Order: sequence, then C-alpha cells, then structure tokens
Amino acid sequence: MTVAKPEALNFDCETGNYHTFCPISCVAWLYQKIEDSFFLVIGTKTCGYFLQNAMGVMIFAEPRYAMAELEEGDISAQLNDYEELKRLCLQIKRDRNPSVIVWIGTCTTEIIKMDLEGLAPKLEAEIGIPIVVARANGLDYAFTQGEDTVLASMALRCPAEAPVAEVEKGERNAIQKLINFGKRKEEVAQEESEYIDHPPLVLFGSLPDPVVTQLSLELKKQGIKVSGWLPAKRFTELPVVEEGYYVAGVNPFLSRTATTLMRRRKCKLIGAPFPIGPDGTRAWIEKICSVFGITPQGMDEREAKIWESLEDYVQLIRGKSVFFMGDNLLEISLARFLVRCGMTVPEIGIPYMDKRYQAAELALLEKTCEQMGVSLPNIVEKPDNYNQLQRINELNPDLVITGMAHANPLEARGITTKWSVEFTFAQIHGFTNARDILELVTRPLRRNNNLKGLGWDKLVKEESKV
Amino acid sequence: MKLAYWMYAGPAHIGTLRVASSFKNVHAIMHAPLGDDYFNVMRSMLERERNFTPVTTSVVDRHVLARGSQEKVVDNITRKDTEEAPDLIVLTPTCTSSILQEDLENFVERAQMECKGDVLLADVNHYRVNELEAGDRTLDQIVQYYINKARKKGELPEGKTAKPSVNIIGVSTLGFHNQHDATELKKLMDDLGIEVNLLLPESASVHELKNLPRAWFNLCPYRELGLMTAKYLEAEFGMPYVDITPMGVVETARCIRKIQQVINAQGANVDYENFIEEQTLHVSQAAWFSRSIDCQNLTGKKAVVFGDNTHAAAMTKILAREMGIHVVWAGTYCKYDADWFREQVSEYCDEVIITDDHGAIGDAIARVEPAAIFGTQMERHVGKRLNIPCGVIAAPIHIQDFPMGYKPFMGYEGTNQLVDLVYNSFTLGMEDHLLEIFGGHDTKEVITKGISATSDLNWTKDGLAELNKIPGFVRGKVKRNTEKFAREREIKDINVEVLYAAKEAVGA
Repeated sequence: MTVAKPEALNFDCETGNYHTFCPISCVAWLYQKIEDSFFLVIGTKTCGYFLQNAMGVMIFAEPRYAMAELEEGDISAQLNDYEELKRLCLQIKRDRNPSVIVWIGTCTTEIIKMDLEGLAPKLEAEIGIPIVVARANGLDYAFTQGEDTVLASMALRCPAEAPVAEVEKGERNAIQKLINFGKRKEEVAQEESEYIDHPPLVLFGSLPDPVVTQLSLELKKQGIKVSGWLPAKRFTELPVVEEGYYVAGVNPFLSRTATTLMRRRKCKLIGAPFPIGPDGTRAWIEKICSVFGITPQGMDEREAKIWESLEDYVQLIRGKSVFFMGDNLLEISLARFLVRCGMTVPEIGIPYMDKRYQAAELALLEKTCEQMGVSLPNIVEKPDNYNQLQRINELNPDLVITGMAHANPLEARGITTKWSVEFTFAQIHGFTNARDILELVTRPLRRNNNLKGLGWDKLVKEESKV
Repeated sequence: MKLAYWMYAGPAHIGTLRVASSFKNVHAIMHAPLGDDYFNVMRSMLERERNFTPVTTSVVDRHVLARGSQEKVVDNITRKDTEEAPDLIVLTPTCTSSILQEDLENFVERAQMECKGDVLLADVNHYRVNELEAGDRTLDQIVQYYINKARKKGELPEGKTAKPSVNIIGVSTLGFHNQHDATELKKLMDDLGIEVNLLLPESASVHELKNLPRAWFNLCPYRELGLMTAKYLEAEFGMPYVDITPMGVVETARCIRKIQQVINAQGANVDYENFIEEQTLHVSQAAWFSRSIDCQNLTGKKAVVFGDNTHAAAMTKILAREMGIHVVWAGTYCKYDADWFREQVSEYCDEVIITDDHGAIGDAIARVEPAAIFGTQMERHVGKRLNIPCGVIAAPIHIQDFPMGYKPFMGYEGTNQLVDLVYNSFTLGMEDHLLEIFGGHDTKEVITKGISATSDLNWTKDGLAELNKIPGFVRGKVKRNTEKFAREREIKDINVEVLYAAKEAVGA
C-alpha cells in the first residue's frame, strides 16, 4: 500500500475485520452523564460479559445499568417479550425510580426481531416512565456510535417549545443555572446582555460536565449563548429544540444525531471541525461565529498561547509518524491535530466515515497537511487489522494508536503504542484540554525515553507471525 | 428474561476460546458480530500476553443477516489457513450464531477441503452451557478428534512409557493462577519420580495428542476443566485418572497417595509416605502454622467461602480442617455440578449455598458478618463495602490476580501461599478492629487547611461549585495550583474562569 502524494484525500475500504468495542459500551459513560437515567441492555450473556469486563471497577459502584438477559424461552418466543420487559422495568422502577429507562437493543434483539420501538410506547404508558429505545448493536455500529444511536433517540424527546416564562427556561438549563447561581434577577438580566442577539444554539454530544462548562464559556467570550446541550445532566432537563434552532456537534461520531436533528426536528446544522486540539477548537468557534455573523475576538492570541504552553510536548512528537488502526471515530480529528503538531500520518483507520457530517473536519485535515507540507494520509474505512499489522511492519511507525488487543503484542515487538480507548474517556475537547491529548500521545514516547539504553525493545523470541 | 448486573461464569464461547488459544498453533475463528472479540483484550491485558491472541472473527453484519454468511466463513477459514498455517482452526459459535442457525458444520466441511490444517466446529450451545462447561467440552472434542485421526492413520503409539508418567489435564489460559500451579505440579511429579508425558491444553501441540495414551495415568487438578477428557481416555484406553485437587496439606497428601495406588497397580513399586511426611512436617510451613500460636488466635473465627467448585471446596476444607476456622457457609456458582460440591464440603461448613446471583451472595455475607471472606473479585467488593477483608480464591478475577511472582495454589508451595493469604486476611481485619477501638493511628481532624492557610483568597460560588466537580483525588492539587496561579496574578476572587485559566497555565 503505497501513498504517492495524492492530490486529494484517498479513501479506501477494507474487509471490516477489526477490533473495536461493542457499541453497548456507551452505557458506561452515558449513565454517568445522565444522572436520572437507567440503561437496560436487552441481550445475552455475551453482552453482559463484555460490559462487566470492559467497565472494570465501575461495575462495583452499583451502576444504573443492567442486563435483561435473554434466555432460551425468550429466543424461541415461548415467553412474551412484553410481559417479561414489564416485569423487569417495574422492578427497576421499584429499586431505582429513574426518570427514564433507556433500552439498548443488541444483536440478538435484531435477529429475533423483537419490536422494541413498538413495545416501548405501550409499556411507557402503562408504567409511567419514559422509555427511550436505542439499537446500539454490533451488527451495525462500532463503539462510540452507540452514543450516537442513544442521542438520536433522545433528540426526539427534547421539548418542542420553550416554556412561556423566561425564568422557568433558565431553570431548565443546568449551565445557566450554575452561572446564575446566587445572583439576583437584575444581575441575570444584565448578564443576558453580555450575549449577542442570535438564534438559539443547541450543542450535541455527551461530555463531562467540566468540559461542558469550558466550551460554553469559550463561546460566551464571543457573545454566543448556548441554549442547551443534548444530553443534559438529567433527562428531565433535555433542551428545548424548536424548528429553526441551530445545532452543532462536538464529536465526530454523531452523524445520526445530526441527521435526526435536521430532518425530524428541522434544525440547522453548523458543519464545523470538532473542538479537539487548539486548531480544531478555534475552527469550531470561528465557524459558529461566522454562521451568526459575529467576528470572533482574540482567537489569534488565544490559540497562540495554548500552542506555546504545548511546546514541550510538541517537541517530543515533531517529525515522528503515527499510525491509527481505527476503532472509535475520533481518528480524523486527532490525526488533524497531530499533523498540526508536526507529525506525519501514513494511515488513518476508521470504522465508519460520514463524509458529509465530517466534511469540515476533512477539509481542515487536508488544509493542515498542505500547510505543514506533509503528504495526505490514506483513510481506511472498515480496516482489516491483519493487513494493517503487515503495513505497520513495513512502515515501522513511531507510534501506533490501537486497541488493547494489539497494544501489548506490538510493544513486545518494539513498536510503541497508545491505547485508543483512553481518548474516548479523557477530557480532550476545547483549548483547555489540548494538553491532555498530548499527555496521552506522548506518554508512551516519554516512557520509552526513560527506559532507553536498556536494550529491551524486542521481547518476543522469534518474529512470530501475526 | 433475567435482570442481571454481574455474572460469575462467562458465555460458552469464552470457554472454547480459552482452550483453543491455550494450544500452540491453534487458531479460533468466531462467528460473531463486531465487538465480540473482547476475549483478545482480556487475554492481552490480564495475561499480559506478548503474542497476538490467535482469535479472529468472521464478522456477522447486516449483510450476513439478510443473505446468510455464504462464502464468508469459508473464506475466512481458508484465508487464516494460508496466512498463519495453524495446525487446527476451531470455528467458534456465539450467541448470535446460535440463533442464526446457519449450517456451520457444512462450512467446516467445505473449508476443510481447501485447508492444509485441520478444521473443527466447536460443539457448544450458548444457551445450554457456560464458559466452564464449554471449555471442558471443547478440550474433550479436540482430544477425541486427534486420537481418532491418529487411529485412522494407524499412528497411535503402542504401550506405555518405561517410567511412570502422567498427563496433567486442565491448565489453560485465563485460568486462576494456572501457570504457577502447572509449574508446581510439574515439580511435584518430578519429586515423585513421575515423568510428565503431556500438559494440556496450555502450550501443547495438537500433534502430541496422539501420545496421550502413553502415560500411566491422568491428573485432573481442576474440577471444571479436563474431567471429560480424562473420562474419555479412561473409557477408550482404560487409563485411570486422579481427580483429587492437590490444594492444602491434607488434600495434597490424599492426591499423592491416590497416585501411588494408581501406579503401583500398574507395576510400579513406590512408597510416597516418607516423602509426604518430610514435605508436610519440614518443607511446607502450613502444618507448622497450624500448630503455631498465630493460628490459635484464628480458632473459631467466622469465615465464608465462595467461588468455583475446585477452589471453594479446597478452601473450605483447608479453613475448617487445617486451621480450625468456622466456615459459616460455603458456596459455588457451578450450579451444573452442585451435587459434587455439596458432597465435598457438607461436613466442613454449617450451610451450603448454590447460586450464581451475586446479590444473594452479598446478602448472605451481610447476614453472617464473617471476620473474613474468601471469594471472587465480586466478594472482595462486597467486603469493601461491609469493611470485611477478602482473599480472592477464584475467577472472575482482575489483573492483580495474574501476579508476576510465583504464586501457586497447589502443591506444597501452594500451601505456603494459602497460609499467607488466610493469615493476612484475618490479621488485617484484626488490626482494623483494634484501630477502631483505640481511635486509629492518626487524628482524623485536619489541623491546618493546607499550604494556603495565610492566603486571603476568595472562592466564588461558581468557582467552588466547579472545583467540587473535580474528582476528589486531584481536587486538592487543582485547588493549590489555582490558588498559586491567582496569587501570582493578584486575582482575589477565584471563579470558574480563573480555575480553567490556571489549568491552562500550569498545563495540568
């Protein structure tokens, strides 16, 4: 696989034989994000075993999620799905009293064609708790796309019109409430004037609360008010989404959510690069500003300052190469940021590439490569891990960003790796967290620098076949 | 449908993969959707495996759902055959393929025509068996396959080895302390003058399987894996097997005496009594520990035991019989083999609990308030919540249960390890208790409020609210850094913006 300095980005598609997390893993971060939710994964022991092992210690903290484990009677339809689900959901209502139960459909419910979307409204009416259905299964989706399916379903639950009283609206919004905390009404009114008058903007994508605050503040500096986030801290605080509202995504894997907001809720999507890395954050803010006709203030200094603070880390990776095996859809944004840091990227593996939703990000990647004078990466959709390992062998990259199944074996063969899932769980968005990305990227390089000179690079006896 | 948060034994295909990937040069291909190859992560992380796990997936996606796998499975098998030339490829069904009901047997036959290596379909049903039963079955299946193959070719070796010899059956990848147990058992056999003919399945080559009948007997240290194989070899070749787990002083001696009986019946003339006595009294520290005053203090202390059959049964006997500890209840999650467990432990505990519901186990622990728990990682966490120490004795396990250091549970060194495990659990509990009575090592009140005692900084409400969102273990550091930042810049009120400006400035 040779890359002969292509004019435009080159897209390949392989066999789809790659390692990634099952999309049901999204319950791990979503149940923590949406505090009054309960996630019920309707699947088999296989799903349960994955969640139990993938979530490690979290499983012991009485998580607000459970398996509805299907037994042979469920598969052969000897048991009534509706009655079974009702029994379990009533139990959940008794034990936890959540504001919403999210049903996660799995491969098994797909294959036996369990009509979750049909059962949910009936059961919802009967037990009095909203039931949101998301089909986050391994037949159709990879890893972070699980969040996409959940948020796309949630988007349909957002209230359609703002409550009449303005004060009440303030109450709905968690960030607003926080910012207004302890202030008198006049002060709030005065603060409102700090914002420029623009159509309501709702952001989508689940981020840790501190990152939500950071990005909201970042936009506030430009006079842009964030009317709400999908998802909010609580299901009962889902943002109002009216026809004509503007929406913007904060993560690259949210294409279904974006589509739902556009088609079903008649919102206008701001297609921007994602706020990952200082370059991405700036492009994200500038794009939002431009849509609202605002001239962004102080971006040059802000970005320059962040780059300055990153310099010690950038020095470690400048001129080095990084290979993305691909498993969480953050790859394009991360690659674009790392190219800006001076790295070269021979290959970006990615599970699924939505060229429309990621259009602005792809354009920025192309522009960044051009400006940095490096060749354009080969983007490989649905990669084949076996073939990738052959290419890694040939290219001998300085860093491979990969899943845990390959990390230790590659390290044992003297190839430096970074475990990709950490990028999903770390705080990587906005100016403030750019350093955290580089902290992750440089960690294996710093570690190997520390161990340099021991001569312990290759730790397998024969070059065993992959 | 069943509401479940936690399971003790994994799904069937995990058992098959554990056995298949234990062998040398055997590749497993799962017929499964994307993301089901989580086994590779576990093996790579828990075992800290240096080599790529020989497991790939023939991915079941939307297309397969609509049109069937068609050529896909066959292509994947033949592709792996050319890429890596494994001796055997095991096609592994999952819960998904169980309900798709494709004719996997047919795929295997077709692939076999093109492959240089052997191809086998693991005969396990997701909805009928769990990880442990599936592992046992797969091992038996592979052994039978190669015995039959050798027999057909007339390659089955005649007769027994000259010296007494043994096959150790049941050591596998991701098994609880299996690697260390294997080393200890090999050493024990060496001490007894018995050759190890074959160790199964870990690191064995399928080509060696035809030599299995050459051993004088089979040793099955684990109740969960290997018995089916041993029974098959007994039925087929009249090979006796020893299924006494050599865990604990008394059981190790019982195992050795049984071995003595088995090989003497075949013409060996050995007497291991002196060896047992020497080991018991002078090599293992466990017997001496039982007499020491430390162990006296444990007399009548309450404990509960939960785990798989092998380890929970052995542990119960050790606690009750060798240390004089009061085992209030002992339990297993091997429901399919509950009778055996009951028979083993009934006389050593007040009550036997058979369940795979971790909630019921948690309640049972809370009910009896033992001084120590011996269980799985789940019981360790129950112990944490109830402030009761716990020694981990069985899977499910975490990475800390795959120690680098030598920690067998079996044989004479195993008895030493167990003494440490038991004694440390109890003394920690005791120490804790005494600290509680006497008010602890340290005063709990903080006298100074950290390094910023003299500062006149003021945290605004929003700043403080944001600070409180930061996880506790780094909050102190963030607070100090922010205050330092504010002081340098003569900022008096620290609000949320200052907090994040500080984070950017210090880059942490």
